[in-house]
Amino acid sequence: MHGIHLTIVLAPLFAAIIAGLFGRQIGRAGSHWLTILAVGLSFALSILVLKHLYWDGGQIENYTVYTWAVSDGLHMNVGFLIDRLTALMMAVVTFVSLMVHIYTIGYMTDDPGYQRFYSYISLFTFSMLMLVMANNFLQLFFGWEAVGLVSYLLIGFWLKKETAIFAGLKAFLVNRVGDFGFILGIAGVVMFAGSLDYATVFAAAGAIASQSIEIIPGREWNAMTVICILLFIGAMGKSAQAPLHVWLPDSMEGPTPISALIHAATMVTAGIFMVARMSPLFELSETALAVVVTIGAITAFSMGLLGIVQNDIKRVIAYSTLSQLGYMTVALGVSAYSAAIFHLMTHAFFKALLFLAAGSVIIAMHHEQDIRKMGGLKKYLPITYWTALIATLALVGFPGTSGFFSKDALIEAVSESHWHGQGPVYWIAYLSVLLGVFVTALYSFRMFFLVFHGEEKMDKETKSHLQETSWVVTVPLILLAIPSAVIGWFTIGPVLFADYFGDSIVVAANHDVLAYLGQSFHGSAGFMLHALLGPAVYLAAAGAGTAWYLYLKRPELPQLWRQKMSGLYDLLDNKYYFDDLYIKGFAAGGRRVGQFLWQTVDVLVIDGMLVHGTANTIGRLAGVLRQLQTGYLYHYAFAMFIGLVSFLGWLLWF
Amino acid sequence: MFHAILFYCFATILIGAAMGVIFSRNPVHAVMFLVLAFFESAMLWLLIEVEFLAIVLVLVYVGAVLVLFLFVVMMLDINVERSKRGYTGYLPLGLVITGLMVIELMQIIWWRSSADVASGGFVPTPEGYSNTKALGAVLYTEHVYAFEIAAVLLLLAIVAAITLTMRRRPGLKRQKIAEQVAVKASDRLRIIKMDAERQE
Amino acid sequence: MIGLQHYLTLAAILFSMSIAGVFINRRNLILLLMCIELMLLAVNFNFVAFSRYLGDETGQVFVFFILTVAAAEAAIGLAILVVLFRNRRSIDVQELDSMKG
Repeated sequence: MHGIHLTIVLAPLFAAIIAGLFGRQIGRAGSHWLTILAVGLSFALSILVLKHLYWDGGQIENYTVYTWAVSDGLHMNVGFLIDRLTALMMAVVTFVSLMVHIYTIGYMTDDPGYQRFYSYISLFTFSMLMLVMANNFLQLFFGWEAVGLVSYLLIGFWLKKETAIFAGLKAFLVNRVGDFGFILGIAGVVMFAGSLDYATVFAAAGAIASQSIEIIPGREWNAMTVICILLFIGAMGKSAQAPLHVWLPDSMEGPTPISALIHAATMVTAGIFMVARMSPLFELSETALAVVVTIGAITAFSMGLLGIVQNDIKRVIAYSTLSQLGYMTVALGVSAYSAAIFHLMTHAFFKALLFLAAGSVIIAMHHEQDIRKMGGLKKYLPITYWTALIATLALVGFPGTSGFFSKDALIEAVSESHWHGQGPVYWIAYLSVLLGVFVTALYSFRMFFLVFHGEEKMDKETKSHLQETSWVVTVPLILLAIPSAVIGWFTIGPVLFADYFGDSIVVAANHDVLAYLGQSFHGSAGFMLHALLGPAVYLAAAGAGTAWYLYLKRPELPQLWRQKMSGLYDLLDNKYYFDDLYIKGFAAGGRRVGQFLWQTVDVLVIDGMLVHGTANTIGRLAGVLRQLQTGYLYHYAFAMFIGLVSFLGWLLWF
Repeated sequence: MFHAILFYCFATILIGAAMGVIFSRNPVHAVMFLVLAFFESAMLWLLIEVEFLAIVLVLVYVGAVLVLFLFVVMMLDINVERSKRGYTGYLPLGLVITGLMVIELMQIIWWRSSADVASGGFVPTPEGYSNTKALGAVLYTEHVYAFEIAAVLLLLAIVAAITLTMRRRPGLKRQKIAEQVAVKASDRLRIIKMDAERQE
Repeated sequence: MIGLQHYLTLAAILFSMSIAGVFINRRNLILLLMCIELMLLAVNFNFVAFSRYLGDETGQVFVFFILTVAAAEAAIGLAILVVLFRNRRSIDVQELDSMKG
């Protein structure tokens, strides 16, 4: 199996290197064939690994491939931990990646950076696989940073577009904030556990939880709480949780395939995956879990609201992604890790599908992204329409679709998670996820109706060219639509309630809401029927109905409301002023601090007083001292005689 | 007693000559006083039986070095008056330094010296002692390397003095002996083959 | 009785006078050189006197070498003086301040 694991990881890396460095030689077709074959190989082998672990009952494998460095007993290894969690992630990552690879042939046809793009997304696949397959924190961090780098490269892929460069930079900088917390968390782990290895650290988790750390003198905090919150800050950066979410909407400046792959399906879920992987640690700190719940709930609800006022098709989906990531985070916070991963998986499929469908629309519209200029596309793009419909239904949680199962299980888990107490945390979480369903349905169908139904608002020129996109675009859509529609039905039982993850996810007995839910779980059909008794489905229906009423039946109403409630609208339109806060507050403040440090500390004190000051003082001193050097011979002679007499006198009299 | 009278006589003249050197306005006179001072020194040295050095002092110093001084002084056209202007500018400082020096040296010689030094006369020389011979015996055995180095130093001084003062005037015609010796017939003589008769 | 102390005293006076000479004749390079000769003479006096006091000829050998060096010094010093005069038409020390800091 070891050879297979290595092949899964290295095949995309190899393809990325070849396509990146020799793209010119192997040509456009060469590079897409090479990378698609490499990722396809990875996918096939990942399925093999999944099959081996799940159906064949294979053993969990945890081994070191290569020891990079040993420093004072701290082993820095490259190693793989292949359990069912990893295998599931590998399968999802490689599958979505493969679809996006194929789709890109159509989307990027005319782009001059074709080979570069393939090189990047293959590199991304490699990085993401390194991240999920890691068996130690260092490799996790490597993958974490590598996906961040590729994300930066891809957001700024159109490197002549100024907004794209800005967005890339923003993503990178905001992620730095998160990564700072993350690396501090890893440092805390090394400090208390003395190891980077998952197995060792998890074994020492109990010991860590019983210690405390004093960061501010006089205030003792539980070590585990500190470590978990720091690690979660990392997850907040990568998974775009409020208030570190601001980079994700801007990342839509990048090409649509990577929006689907990186900023919806895989990379942004790395934070979710990481917290799930760290479940043995998080379970020991209820404070950290409460933080996770609160952050997730705030993100889930407030980011969904923003989706309602956006007009860029990709940004609507981006806010939807933020909202869904918030859902997953809430699930993590209530210890329903399996539900979070389950939602992660279904979300990967239907959100990638939604993005690719949006990309298909964008291709057809000749790179027009404003949904106000679309409408009535149903008859021009039938395949895109139907696949987008499936994705939207899955997103809003239409009974039977994959999103329905994952989201409903998630909401159930939240509503049953009484161990936080019935306090504000519980109600914030529960109300957020519940109202979020309504909001999700509202913005999803708003977009759907504006794009595919209603009157045709595009100009004549565009309309004359409208036609269904080529097979390389539609085939991935169809291939993604299938799991989006049905995978929930087949997998909810095994993944959530049949202990699929085994030992890879640890849940404390008193936290285990899923086990409680599992008692009343009797197959997928029963689950569906049970859900009809809950409020979520009806809220979703209400959201969809509202969207239909507002945007198809009475399109003038939203305009009217916008004018009536301009304060609220401005708040949403400006994304709660987060960008203003960061740009005018932190960035400008940072610049002012930098200005101060530069002008005052550096130029005035260090350069002026210390560096040049030393030189100037010596110069002035020399200016005084050089007066002694008159150049007259007799002055030197006198100096000698005076010296002689002085020395003699000193010898004699002192 | 006679010895002492001679010493004080010569010493007085020596100090007078030294005064002459430092105070005379004319450099030629100063050199002359210096000659006198060296002569007196030689006499004083003879008094304590340092004959060889006394003779060397006269021969080398007076005969060569001071003559060189005289030669330079006379050769250079020095404005005596100008060189004496500002005569007293540093005199107070000079007097203070000189006074301090005298006090210090006297203190060392007279008050700080041990009793046997204070009462010490010179070692009497044995019968038939030859200062020159004794000096030669040490100079050519024990100090032969230093002697050789001193010889090289003198050579160096000669070379240096010549190099410093020699100058080439432009436009001066001079022989190049090396070229003259190395010359070949073909350089000077060109043999042309030509017909004896003019061709029509 | 004339002894070591008398000679040393004479040398000290000679040395001090030559120091005074340097101060007095500070502007004339030739006279400065002459004062240095006088100083060396005072030093030689000391060597000779100690040599005789200790009955050791080494002191006289030293004087011998000092004489040699002094001769060389005088030769080179005067040569420099001549070159200097040739270039500047003056040996006034007051004008020689191109080494001024």
